[in-house]
Amino acid sequence: MIPVSLTDIQGVLPETIVVIAALAVIMADAIRRGHSGALLPVLSVLGLAAAGAAAIFLWGTSGTVFNGTVFADGFASFFKVLFTVIGILTILFSPHYLKITGVRLGEYYALILTAVFGMMVMASAANLLMLYLGLETMSISLYVLAGSQRGDVKSAEAGMKYLVLGAFSSAFLLYGIALLFASIGSLDYEVIGTFFASDFHPGPLLVSGLALLMVGFAFKVAAVPFHFWSPDVYDGAPTTVTGFMSTGPKAAAFVALIRVFGVALAPASSLWSGVLTVLAILTMTVGNVVAIRQTSVKRMLAYSAIAHAGYLLVGIVAGTKAAFAATGYYLSAYALMNLGAFAVLILLNRRDEGSYRFEDLRGMGFAHPLLGITLSVFLLSLTGVPPTAGFFGKLYIFSAAVEQGHIVLAVVGLLNSAVGAYYYLRVITLLYMAKPEGESIIVQPAAYRFALVISALLILVIGIFPEQLLRVITLAVP
Amino acid sequence: MILSLCIALPAATAFLLLLLPRLAAQAVRWVALLGTLATFIVSLVMFANFRAGEAGFQMVEKQPWIASIGVDWHLGVDGISLFLILLTTLLSVLCIISSWSSINERVKEFHFFFLLLETGMVGVFCALDLFLFYVMWEVMLVPMFFLIGVWGGSRRVYATIKFILFTMAGSVLMLVGILYVYFHTTDPATGAHTFNLLVAMEQAHYALEVQRWLFLAFGIAFAIKVPLFPLHTWLPDAHTEAPTAGSVMLAGVLLKMGTYGFLRFCLPMFPLATMQFVPLISVLALIGILYGAMVAMVQKDIKRLVAYSSVAHLGFVMLGMFALNIEGLTGSLLQQINHGISTGALFLLVGVLYDRRHTRLVSDYGGVAKVMPVYATLFMIIALSSIGLPGLNGFVGEFLILLGTFASNAFYAVLGTAGIILAAVYLLWMYQRVFFGEVSHEENLKLKDVTLREGFVIAVLVVLTIWIGVYPDPLLSRMQPSLELVLSRFQAAGVSQLLVP
Repeated sequence: MIPVSLTDIQGVLPETIVVIAALAVIMADAIRRGHSGALLPVLSVLGLAAAGAAAIFLWGTSGTVFNGTVFADGFASFFKVLFTVIGILTILFSPHYLKITGVRLGEYYALILTAVFGMMVMASAANLLMLYLGLETMSISLYVLAGSQRGDVKSAEAGMKYLVLGAFSSAFLLYGIALLFASIGSLDYEVIGTFFASDFHPGPLLVSGLALLMVGFAFKVAAVPFHFWSPDVYDGAPTTVTGFMSTGPKAAAFVALIRVFGVALAPASSLWSGVLTVLAILTMTVGNVVAIRQTSVKRMLAYSAIAHAGYLLVGIVAGTKAAFAATGYYLSAYALMNLGAFAVLILLNRRDEGSYRFEDLRGMGFAHPLLGITLSVFLLSLTGVPPTAGFFGKLYIFSAAVEQGHIVLAVVGLLNSAVGAYYYLRVITLLYMAKPEGESIIVQPAAYRFALVISALLILVIGIFPEQLLRVITLAVP
Repeated sequence: MILSLCIALPAATAFLLLLLPRLAAQAVRWVALLGTLATFIVSLVMFANFRAGEAGFQMVEKQPWIASIGVDWHLGVDGISLFLILLTTLLSVLCIISSWSSINERVKEFHFFFLLLETGMVGVFCALDLFLFYVMWEVMLVPMFFLIGVWGGSRRVYATIKFILFTMAGSVLMLVGILYVYFHTTDPATGAHTFNLLVAMEQAHYALEVQRWLFLAFGIAFAIKVPLFPLHTWLPDAHTEAPTAGSVMLAGVLLKMGTYGFLRFCLPMFPLATMQFVPLISVLALIGILYGAMVAMVQKDIKRLVAYSSVAHLGFVMLGMFALNIEGLTGSLLQQINHGISTGALFLLVGVLYDRRHTRLVSDYGGVAKVMPVYATLFMIIALSSIGLPGLNGFVGEFLILLGTFASNAFYAVLGTAGIILAAVYLLWMYQRVFFGEVSHEENLKLKDVTLREGFVIAVLVVLTIWIGVYPDPLLSRMQPSLELVLSRFQAAGVSQLLVP
């Protein structure tokens, strides 16, 4: 038994706060028995804010704690702050959504918190087993959240499908980890890194271990052809959860990808970067092309989420510090725009949950200026039009690719973003260039409006002045 | 400062408009007019401060913007961009006046987007930083998207989506080109990569193979904007469906962003590739001239006719540019300005008629000259300027272009001349059917002649066509030094022997 020091505890302070908050939420729910009003969301937001503050406070530390299994570095801190922001935004959008869909689930907030906890562990894991623990904590919370609308068949299906395929992909990952352990003898990223940096022999055990690891990751980030679960799950899950799932867990998986493939396995990149290039091209192209054909806005955004994973994979292939910084920037921008887009859609959906028809958006831009403007900002940012953050993120990722000579990858990626323009702008044309179908009254709670405006403003601010955020991330990149 | 002011004033006015109450349409119009007018005055001050006879950039401003990747707020103006900026600021004022009574719905939003459009366009012409250029190039798409899509005609959504997709497909390729140039440009002061255009030009010594790719990456984006045949198919739809002010800006300024791009980036940075692409682009330009003219001839819709005439005119601009001698280049640049004035005016004139009758079909008119004599006169002058009648601006530009083309390839020049004849055919034939003869439709008997406001807008442009036609020297003398600098890049690249004097 290795003694735990104060530094160890300090290194995982944000995680600790989130777990305490999650427990507090469960307790509060149990005591108030479903009559908790605004207590649970307030408690969750406070907990996340405190965790975010702790992560900022830890900024500047480096190295590992807990005997080399947990990173306490700037990169982890950066993403922990991002996860708390994603969590807070999701929670700000949730009470209204839970009310209109009639979901009464005290555990909802607690599960968001445990999922955030899992993501934080993934971001700071310095050991494959630790990574797996974080991943499973996060995933199990998400399985439940995806199926939390019990009365709805699609939600139940989403939960079940996610559980089965998630477990399946976790098995791949775990098997890969086991094979790597068998051939290297350690699960620490650092040891793995030194192993690959030395003159290693790529035996069958090692190569199959790497392959399984990559398949596991590809499942988790929904890279084509391992994406089949994601449209159904994203489409069926409660919309707030979809927004959450498509941003937070994706960011967490990409941090892990950067740490494992981008850093530890970097010396062996000849073994995997070709495969990853193909995955990136397939993911971008299939995601965008299939998104065009969708009849539900929610499902369209599900495919767009796949396409964006493709852009992010380009950052991993490029493999430089600048590329990882770009990935971090893009994940931050993507979190704001995607969460925001789903949130506006929740308000604009006037039929039963789960329809999200394009026709519902007709003329809504002029009828509801705030929703129209914010949704336009989110969509333009997803398209990658300057001066939004989405443009700068894309530019930065593809510039890293061009720098490394991956010009074909950059051309394919950018042409894809022109394809993306078609379906994103189609939504804007409906918002502003189509006649509305009768009057519509939309309830817009204050917290909701606040979160939307803040997200849209942030997208513009970090788009026009990317320097500060970029500098912070660049400092943090491992 | 003065260039920043030119860019910032319209944007600032746009955001000022947002503070006005929704229903105060008249106030919105006045504020927008004052904003564009102030911008125009500032650009006149810039013109007054411009030192003729200098080739390089003047009034240069440079402030770090995204220092860590070498992006600056870097502006400047030379003989190439000077008149394009003036054209933009002038047409903006005229467009606001011309929309005074034709835009009655969502007045505030219309002017908001229009002013943002102006900011983007002035920014494109001023930018001396590749990143800034690209941002401005793209920023201007969004307001145009809304202007066509919200205030346009019946097929507006189709037109605006087509416009956006064509432009975006081109510009993403340009982005790859820009990034490639960026990674081959090193700031001598810091040793880091930079988007600085001046440094990029200085260090642009790419191998022929690389130049060819880069020329294509930039050139396709520009060729779509110009538009060069066969990439022109977005133009008739966008121009026809856009509201009058949108069409004027599209034809007057937006297309010039493409030709400007060739002149600013492709020619000086990739001279070897440019030489190789001369036959291809000249032939495409000639096809554009002849095809555009012939398709214009058979149009039933006046606005669509004017739109196709742009394809032909821009063909001339490209033909002159790729003659790669000083006459051709000067003519090409002058013709860009001329086209902005005369085609802008043609769209304004069509708008006047449309506001009264809400139809643009040639067959719905006839004998209009009898009921609207002033209007008919103004239309005639502008049509003749577009045809290239001596004494009006179009003649000077086309003459110089043909002179330059003749020197480099007589065969091209002969074919180009045929285009001029066709232009006379389609414009005059249309004029005859619309204005002469008996008034065949009863509704047309009550048509009111141009109002003072409408007349003023057109008259400003008519004065310019005559002035440039009679005395083009103030323009030419300011353009030529900068254009000679572009040509000197070819000598520096060792292709002087290929250039016809």
